[in-house]
Formats: sequence, C-alpha cells, structure tokens
Amino acid sequence: VSDPARIAEAVARNSYGKLLAFIAARTGDVAGAEDALSEAFAAALADWPASGVPDNPPAWLLTVARRKLIDAARRKQISHHAGSHLGLLAEELAADSPPDVPPPDVPDERLALMFVCAHRAIDPAVRAPLMLQTVLGLDAATIASAFLTAPATMGQRLVRAKARIKVAAIPFHLPERADLPERLEAVLDAIYAAFTAGWTDPGGTEIRWRDLAQEAIWLGTLIVSLLPDEPEALGLLALMLYAESRRAARRSADGDYVPLDEQAIAAWDADLIRQAEALLLRASAMGSVGRFQMEAAVQSAHVVRRQTGRSDWAAIVRLYDVLASLTDSPVVAINRAVAVAETTGAAAGLAMLDGLSDDPRLSNYQPYWAARAGLLARIDSRDEAKAAYRRAIGLEPDPAVRRFLAVRLAALP
Amino acid sequence: MQYLLLIYRDEAKLASMSEAVTAEATAAYMAYAQAMSQAGALVGGNRLRPTSAGTTVRTTGGKTQVLDGPYAETKEQLGGYFLIEAPDLDAALSWAERCPGAAYGAIEVRPIWAM
Repeated sequence: VSDPARIAEAVARNSYGKLLAFIAARTGDVAGAEDALSEAFAAALADWPASGVPDNPPAWLLTVARRKLIDAARRKQISHHAGSHLGLLAEELAADSPPDVPPPDVPDERLALMFVCAHRAIDPAVRAPLMLQTVLGLDAATIASAFLTAPATMGQRLVRAKARIKVAAIPFHLPERADLPERLEAVLDAIYAAFTAGWTDPGGTEIRWRDLAQEAIWLGTLIVSLLPDEPEALGLLALMLYAESRRAARRSADGDYVPLDEQAIAAWDADLIRQAEALLLRASAMGSVGRFQMEAAVQSAHVVRRQTGRSDWAAIVRLYDVLASLTDSPVVAINRAVAVAETTGAAAGLAMLDGLSDDPRLSNYQPYWAARAGLLARIDSRDEAKAAYRRAIGLEPDPAVRRFLAVRLAALP
Repeated sequence: MQYLLLIYRDEAKLASMSEAVTAEATAAYMAYAQAMSQAGALVGGNRLRPTSAGTTVRTTGGKTQVLDGPYAETKEQLGGYFLIEAPDLDAALSWAERCPGAAYGAIEVRPIWAM
C-alpha cells in the first residue's frame, strides 16, 4: 500500500476495461472515454502520493474521469455553439450519480464493449486489436508488433474504428438472443486472433508477444465468466489452454522447434490440460457442436498420448471430418490429410493434399508444403520431398522452424 | 439519430426487367416504406431517375463546368434513398437488410451529420 504508482498500475490492470466499458456505454464514445480515463490515471499519480490512496480506487478514478468528461463536453459546447448532444450526455452522466458520490461497485459492461469491438460494421482485421486496447488497455505499439503492423498504421486503424463507433452509433448492448450465436462467433474469432498473434511468435522468445497469448486467455476466461452457458466460448478457452499447456515443450533447450509428436510429455502443463479437459467436458454436455469445441477436441485427442503413448488419430480424422463440414478452411483440410496419413497411410494423405493443390491460398502456405514434404519422404519420393521442403523453408518466417525443416531436408538420402 | 439509406443497383439490369418483376419490386418497396412509416422510422425517401437524366456541375476558379451524366461512372448506380430515424446503427442496419434493393444491389448506410 506504500507505493501509489504501483497501486495505480494494479488498479489499471484489474479495472481499466471495466471503467472504460462503463463510461463508453453511457457516452457511445470510446475514444473520449479513453482520454477521460487516462487523465484520471494521471490525476491519481499526482494526487495519491500526497493525499493517500483512496478506499475505493476504481470509484475514485471513475469520479475523476466523469468530471473530465463533463468539462470536455462543456468546453466543446462553448466552442461549437451547438453540441447540445454532448451537453445532454454530460448531464446524463452527472445525473446518473453525482460526481462526488462514487458508485460502490462499477457495473461490468465489458461484454457489451466486446460486442461493440467485434461488431459487423467494424473491419474484422481491427476487431482483435480494438478489444486488446479497450478491454485490456494495451498500447497501440504492443498490439502493432503482435500483428506485424507498423505502430502508426495500427494506431490509425484503431482511431478510425473508434470514430466509427461514435459517429455511426454502434450500440452498447448485448445482441438479441436470436443474433447471439453469430455475434458471439465474431467476438470469439477476435479473441482467437489475439491468441494466435501471441502464439506464433518467431523464435518463441519475444516476451511481449507471449503476453498477448496470456491476454487472450484472460479475455476468454472473462467471456466464459460472463456467458457461462455458451459452449463455443468454453470451447475456445479450452482450445487456448491446450495450446498454452504445450508452450514449454514447443522448443528444445537449444531453442529448436519441436513438432507436436516429438514433444516431451513431461514438459506439458498438466494443470492447464486438466482445466481444458474440464471446460471441454462442460461444453460437450450442452449438446451444440461448433468449430472451437471441435478444435479443442482435436487437442484432447493429442493429449491422450499421455496415457496411451500415441495420439488418437482415428478420433482426429473424425473430428476433422466434422470441422471440414463446418468451414472451408484450408488449414483444416491440411490437418485432415495429415491425420489420414496416420490412420490409412502416407499415400492416402498425399492424395488428399493433391486434391487441395488448386487452392490459391495454399501456394504460399508453409504448413501445406511441410506436410507434403513429410508425406513424400515417407513414400520415398525423395526429389519431390526435397523440393517441397525447400519451398516450405522459403516460406517460413520463424528461424527455429526453418532450422527444423532444414534438418529434415538434410536427413533425406 | 438519422441515417440515410442509399440504394445502389445496376440500371441496365433494372431496365431489362420484365413488367411483372418490376411490378413485384414496386409492391415490395411500397410495403417496405409503409412498414418503416408504421414503425415511426421513415423520415423521407425518393426514387431517382436514371443517371442518364443527371447533370453534374462543378465550379473551379469561378468557372462553372456542366457535364451531362453522373458524377462518377460506377458498376451500380444510386437509384434512390430513404432517410430514416433509428436509435443506433443496429436498428439502421436491420432496416437496410430488409430494403428490397438489398437483394438486387447494395444499400449504403450513412449516419446524418447532425447540425
């Protein structure tokens, strides 16, 4: 309790999204809420060391942020002569609760904020960044590096999206029951996009990027706590936890890439796996199949290796059959071919990959060429296998994976 | 909030539609406008004559240039509009979805800049 700066930081971490959602849901203006909140945090850093940390720091911050909003609205009203809209909003905010009486507990409206971020009128590519910035308070530079975008470009996209929320009046309310599955899918997709941006970090060593996977898991946990009866939300969280459980096993002590089937089981995080299995079980009891549950189930079939020594490839093939019927994702099709190679033989898997060769999305997709190379090597088509490995190496951004593929290539006679 | 629903569709295709199809589309528009009116959402709206009847005026350095034809040549052309009152974008989008024109072309939803 001694260091106000650290307390402010802790409050920021735990209640930033809640405070932002509360304010933005009342004004419809995310950017304005961000500004007011950042002024409030600055005021806390100036005020708390002198006057002591208040009993209820989030309520204190909210009170200050509201005053800043009202001031900003008044300033705007005077300078524009018009602005009755903002003035009304400010009065509404003030009437909602007088500035000097902080609400005992800030109502949690982060779910509505997440639906706004993943609204169909928001560009799908900016949904995950927007969610990371508004719900978690991450800065644009961190988000930009995870999404391999220049910070200025990312900042601009976020600003544009926030302006759109305000000007086009994207509403802060939960979707109607009938629209919920479709709207929720967009929210879950955005969370998963944040997770994969944190997960496929070249080198697996960038601390900042790793944190993004953690942040996505945090968002997944939040959505499960807010919508506990949505099987796909449970499925997504399970999927992320399965992947996270193998983080330490993905690299050798020397930093080399280790493929799933060669990972040391002892390096998997048993506790995370247990949590993931429990979530998946809960989801499957709800009797509604979806993409994330299926993908989590595939992970579960891999984890079976802990008991039997081998992934349950027959189950994996069946799951990918279902997934292939749910999406036309080329990634699913590749994984399905790889699973078929395990149950039926390399030639059968290769035949399925051949069937995909017309898909233009695959010509520059590393996993397609790596999968091809592996299966070609198994049926002794060495020259073709070598060519496919070379193509995969040329397409792979991660040096550790490149090294791994090069070792496989060199091992071919 | 007010939103303008701008209705875009292919004029050439529209011109080649049979009388029966045209009558059906007209009836659909009437019903749609009536539904919006009954919901208290309709502020105004009109169908526009084809772009061939349009004239584009531009004044550069005090000199007026008048061109016969539309402002821009596009694959689909602005053919009409509705001005509606809606509490938020979701409500506006749900009206846009139900506009008969959404099935033939596209509806652009633009918030009105309140003065």
